[in-house]
Amino acid sequence: MSSTALQNLIEQPYKHGFVTEIEADVAPRGLSEDTIRLISQKKDEPEWLLEFRLKAFRHWLTMAEPRWPNVRYPEIDFQAISYYSAPKPKKKLASMDEVDPELRRTFEKLGVPLHEQKALAGVAVDVIFDSVSVTTTYKKRLAEAGVIFCSISEAVRDHPELVRRYLGSVVPHGDNFYAALNSAVFTDGSFCFIPKGVRCPMELSTYFRINTQESGQFERTLIVAEEGAHVSYLEGCTAPQFDTNQLHAAVVELVALDDAEIKYSTVQNWYAGDKDGKGGIYNFVTKRGLCKGRNSKISWTQVETGSAITWKYPSCVLLGENSIGEFYSVALTNHHQQADTGTKMIHVGRNTRSRIISKGISAGQSNNSYRGLVKIGPKAAGARNFSQCDSMLIGDACGAHTFPYIQVQNDSAIVEHEATTSKIGEDQLFYFASRGIATEDAVSMIINGFVKEVFTQLPMEFAVEATKLLGLKLEGSVG
Amino acid sequence: MGKRMRNTDGKILLEVRGLKAAVAGVEILKGIELAVRAGEVHAIMGPNGSGKSTLAKVLAGHPAYATTAGEVRFEGADLFALAPEERARAGIFLGFQYPVEVPGVTNAAFLRLAYNTVQAARGADELDPLEFDDFVRERMKLLDMDPAFLGRSVNEGFSGGEKKRNEILQMAILEPRLALLDETDSGLDIDALRVVAGGVNKMRAADRAIVLVTHYQRLLNYIEPDFVHVIAGGRIVRTGDKSLALELERRGYDWLLEGAKAAGKPVAA
Ligand SMILES: Nc1ncnc2c1ncn2[C@@H]1O[C@H](COP(=O)(O)OP(=O)(O)OP(=O)(O)O)[C@@H](O)[C@H]1O
Ligand SMILES: [Mg+2]
Repeated sequence: MSSTALQNLIEQPYKHGFVTEIEADVAPRGLSEDTIRLISQKKDEPEWLLEFRLKAFRHWLTMAEPRWPNVRYPEIDFQAISYYSAPKPKKKLASMDEVDPELRRTFEKLGVPLHEQKALAGVAVDVIFDSVSVTTTYKKRLAEAGVIFCSISEAVRDHPELVRRYLGSVVPHGDNFYAALNSAVFTDGSFCFIPKGVRCPMELSTYFRINTQESGQFERTLIVAEEGAHVSYLEGCTAPQFDTNQLHAAVVELVALDDAEIKYSTVQNWYAGDKDGKGGIYNFVTKRGLCKGRNSKISWTQVETGSAITWKYPSCVLLGENSIGEFYSVALTNHHQQADTGTKMIHVGRNTRSRIISKGISAGQSNNSYRGLVKIGPKAAGARNFSQCDSMLIGDACGAHTFPYIQVQNDSAIVEHEATTSKIGEDQLFYFASRGIATEDAVSMIINGFVKEVFTQLPMEFAVEATKLLGLKLEGSVG
Repeated sequence: MGKRMRNTDGKILLEVRGLKAAVAGVEILKGIELAVRAGEVHAIMGPNGSGKSTLAKVLAGHPAYATTAGEVRFEGADLFALAPEERARAGIFLGFQYPVEVPGVTNAAFLRLAYNTVQAARGADELDPLEFDDFVRERMKLLDMDPAFLGRSVNEGFSGGEKKRNEILQMAILEPRLALLDETDSGLDIDALRVVAGGVNKMRAADRAIVLVTHYQRLLNYIEPDFVHVIAGGRIVRTGDKSLALELERRGYDWLLEGAKAAGKPVAA
């Protein structure tokens, strides 16, 4: 009885599955130097950037798709993908009201109406629709603080020296197969620059949405926090329902100089495929932060609920003395979803510290793997890491796996790793039921309890959205 | 005897007729007959593995158990028409022999959700976290429970006795019509037994019935039952008053089992 109810809960269809009809300007399928020149030309880019792209492309040609992740999928035909798609540009938008009403309705259906976002105190929204930035808000207030927050295309145009200095400085153009592909063909993304001593006056937020069928998404995000700067950045994703798989290979680079702090939060809800595993997004992301300066701190928080395949390891390179890296993650997989996600904490400098809290939830026939590397370099005297990897299984057909890799090259380092696996079983649900609590609420409560440690890291409004995404209600007296 | 006469004029709360139930394809309950009236306390005793917990779980609606024959009426209505959570809302409470641990969910949140769910089903007022905190602390005092248990995960790391006390706390909060307490006394130290028994006794009321599953007559010194039943081999083989428990304490179960086997049917009291 209760297991049927549990099944129903698990099988709730994707609520955001609809396609917005906006005319898109789609490049012909296929990838070659010509495609790259076309992208670069369409975007009116400087020569150095075209060179960056071409170098990456040539490198990519020599690389092979990684096969080590614990995920299975058919061969991707990179020539069958269209590498550029933009909503037909109308004219430059001065205010939110000028945004395509169709697009606004899309966000409303997602429960993230723009006018509400605007109203939400202090949230600036750089709306990315498909690959091109449609509008940017709060720009003025940010500008007054000296913060630059714009699409990366605009940044290339308006702040070329900054982009040129930092682009590829954390994730080099040939870093890995997908990062190289991204470097070759990225179309848009966000750029964020917080100058010395500035505490960003509001949380910066970008909503991504894949819209055009079969168009690959290659976002590029670059965030730089100068000495003593602070910023909290929110990224949210959701996508309409499609039958064909969509490739997403984003690159996010973070740079924190002395005493700077970057907090990067993601709630990801891309279409995961139907309950038989058909369709869904392939999400191959490279996210890396460089704690370049002393006492700098980079914190990744992610809530991964979507995608057919997730391949993602937000990482920190702890170069500066006393720098801190954090990774808080909730990855939920269901049906035939596959997630291979985790983090890398690379301790280079002295007294660097890192903390990893990973919560994997598997339901249906899904497969959820945590893969984490903690590396303590020879000069990282006094480095410390604490890792906690917990898995929660719902039902009997799913899998949870933990692959911790630990490499210590300095004797004074302390590395701790803890892992647990638990299961929402019939007896737990019956216990709740015998107290009058229905299965759905019981699952919510248990899951909420399980992810609490991560969700408290999210900015409030994001935590609310994330809780909704997990199909849960907030735990009354706690939340 | 006098007590029993006084109480039995209550109306029938629970009526079990010819109940057979199986788990994993094995028939465990083989024809249970039982009637429980409002105001009564029944003790169910019997050897290990005889089906006592099975009966309690079947009544509460555990999905692993299949009812193969018989019927159960609760306040006159078909109990099996209700989902487990509906039974709880209708006033059936199961105090578990082995309470389940729920890591990550605080006892306070769990108790409040249970309380509010049941209250809502009764059309009664729900309590916000602050109101509930006052309410639950009051009830905890009666059971001599440290309020620190509110902040801990449900049953996680609780000692055996602490878990049992937490079960009684839940009963005290949910105020059921019918409480099925499965070996609530096992694992309790002498003082805890007295406190818990005191808690149960406070719950005795004219409109409420309590069914205690126990192995020990000791508990029945504190909570005086109106009836004592012996379950063996999935049947109630003997029913008597509290003196039956004393007799079992002296003689064990063998004499009943042999009698039941020889007769091939329940032994009349
Ligand atoms: N899932 C199961 N598969 C097979 N047999 C089971 C299962 N669950 C319970 N049983 C059996 O049912 C019988 C009755 O068990 P039950 O828990 O009701 O006994 P009990 O009278 O409560 O015993 P105790 O006094 O030891 O608590 C036992 O023989 C037990 O092994
Ligand atoms: Mg038992």
